[in-house]
Amino acid sequence: MPLADARAQVPDLAIVAHDPVLDLHWLDRLAQGCTRYTPLVALDAPDGLILDITGCTHLLGSEAALIDDIDRRLTRLGMTLRHALGPTADAARALARYQTRPAPDEASAIRRLPVAALELDAEATTALVRAGLKTIGDLASRPMANIAARFGADAATALRRLLGDAPSPLDPRVTPPPVATERRFAEPVASMPHATQILAELVGEAIVELAERGKGGRHFRATFFRSDGLARSIEIETGHATRDAGLVMRLFAERMDALRDPLDPGFGFDMMRLAVPRLEALAATQLKLEGGTVRAAHQGAAMAELVDRLATRLGRGRVCKFAAVDTHIPEQAQLALPAIDAAPPTPWPAPDPGEPPLRPFYLFDPPQVIEVIAEVPDGPPHRFRWRRATHAIRRYEGPERIASEWWRRRDNGGLTRDYYRVEDDRGRRYWLFRHGLYDEKPDPRWYIHGLFA
Amino acid sequence: MRESSQPLAGLRQRIARLAATGGPASRPAEGWLATGHGAFDSALGGGLAVGRTHEFFAADALDGASAAAFAALLALRGGGDAPLLWLRTVDAGRRTGHIYAPGIAELGGDPDRLLLIETADPKMLLACANDAVRCAGSAAVIVESWGKFPLLDLTAGRRLTLGARDAGTTLLMLRLNAAPTPSVAETRWSIVAAPSRALAADAPGAPAFDLELLRWRGGPAGTRWRLDWDKDEQIFRDTALSGAVLPLAARRAVHPFGAEAA
Repeated sequence: MPLADARAQVPDLAIVAHDPVLDLHWLDRLAQGCTRYTPLVALDAPDGLILDITGCTHLLGSEAALIDDIDRRLTRLGMTLRHALGPTADAARALARYQTRPAPDEASAIRRLPVAALELDAEATTALVRAGLKTIGDLASRPMANIAARFGADAATALRRLLGDAPSPLDPRVTPPPVATERRFAEPVASMPHATQILAELVGEAIVELAERGKGGRHFRATFFRSDGLARSIEIETGHATRDAGLVMRLFAERMDALRDPLDPGFGFDMMRLAVPRLEALAATQLKLEGGTVRAAHQGAAMAELVDRLATRLGRGRVCKFAAVDTHIPEQAQLALPAIDAAPPTPWPAPDPGEPPLRPFYLFDPPQVIEVIAEVPDGPPHRFRWRRATHAIRRYEGPERIASEWWRRRDNGGLTRDYYRVEDDRGRRYWLFRHGLYDEKPDPRWYIHGLFA
Repeated sequence: MRESSQPLAGLRQRIARLAATGGPASRPAEGWLATGHGAFDSALGGGLAVGRTHEFFAADALDGASAAAFAALLALRGGGDAPLLWLRTVDAGRRTGHIYAPGIAELGGDPDRLLLIETADPKMLLACANDAVRCAGSAAVIVESWGKFPLLDLTAGRRLTLGARDAGTTLLMLRLNAAPTPSVAETRWSIVAAPSRALAADAPGAPAFDLELLRWRGGPAGTRWRLDWDKDEQIFRDTALSGAVLPLAARRAVHPFGAEAA
């Protein structure tokens, strides 16, 4: 209907000019949102998205739950959705766009699709319908050679893709790294020292680009493409944004040394790529005029570099800093976070002046079972047996009663713990607790949870 | 003395040259990790020397927490925000327990300064310790090991010590469940938990340590101390005597050079 006619019928019609570029941007944003379901999201311009959900459905329970979730989110954004699941990308796409009649299963659903689902040109589609071939199933029952002879090889390929006989690869949308350099070789590079040298050159190029943008890299990824098709990626991370080529190369060397399965050039690498997926602003460093100390700046950088190097060698979770958690449960009161992420310092609860330490220096997690002689029901322990040795208790303080976090537990339950600070006859101080009160549990067990200084 | 062979004489000369320039004790210490206990610090000439190796032995595994806490408090009590690097193996958490940051906060230390580095095995522990001592700017590097540490022979120990000296870091070797072996450490301590001074209602009091100086390159060894940690003042002090604790004079050599002669 022309716009003039529509306006004549509905005088207050809201009119928006069609902007295909903006539509594409919006589709791209939706696709980015859909990466919450699967990393493989492809754009089907102008108005479709194809998600490869192989192996991803369990995250939401089932295929139906996943579709419900997508439906809910996109509807909230004002979108109207037609969706379908299929064994291949082309089949799913055709089902979503052309399915009109319900079918018992996917295979028969595809066969009941109209021939328009092949998306041939209008002339060919009309010719097929005139010939009495109205559905994909009708067409599939004919010899493929005849179809190719009459309607062209494209029609045969489209048909085979729809039926799953030919592969229909997905072209997933990938976010290109903000900075990437690569090098292709006419002659494969077969020696590791040479490859490392080229990596250093790539790092140098990337650093120049970073410096131009006033950024520093937090995450570097080197990908080695072998001539026989294998590709291997090596990644490093730094705690602070850096533009120090020497540091980056040292970390790469560290990472390569730590590889259990070393990098093998095989018949040689025919391409190498260096990507910097994560950037942060990094201004040029300058000491203050009023006398910033070179030594202090240098030491801070040296410590940060040590953290990077150890985290690269041992794994990022092996170099930790502690953060406080606001909870009464002792083993949950601290979190060991990777030092490379550099979380801001958290306030720790201040100890009461004049009191001895109420929390141990070393904590056993999980607590270790001990045998205790104690008065029933609420008495302090008198002696306990731990690791095949008996300890007689000279002094104690307690109980410090710590209830379970019933407000967080689904069953509103959990056992109460009675903690005792005890000292044995040789002056060692332990943290013991009874797991459960006698009215919660008939025979509560005792545990040792920590050692005091 | 006439040397029996030319190469031997050459080697001796070389050793003499090295000893004159590069020995661990050839440079005066840059500072001290002091305990705040006057007699203790003055007996050691100021405290535990910075830029050197110090060993803390807990012969009994159950005293491990005391030895670890003493080393940590010594490094942290100086204040400032220099990080304390603590290296241990992954299985140490199961054996002696995980380092518990709220416990360090209760002792008056700042857990934010703690940087925990866990390695898969003792070999990697030594390699990381070598990197850590060569990095200037830490309050101290604590290397916690369990049992015999055959990899830490004289060569490895000397390498660590030289690294610490060059970077000016203090290396505190925490040897739990181990007996002393020859080493190039500046001082070597045996640390045992001591009965604390009881509080009201016979509750265990502030942490107390029995220290014995087993070896000291700069002077006589064999001295014993019994110290309490006062977290409010951030100092170690003498265990205040009470009826429950035996007086210490009988066990303590007040003057290490023959108390009988005095």
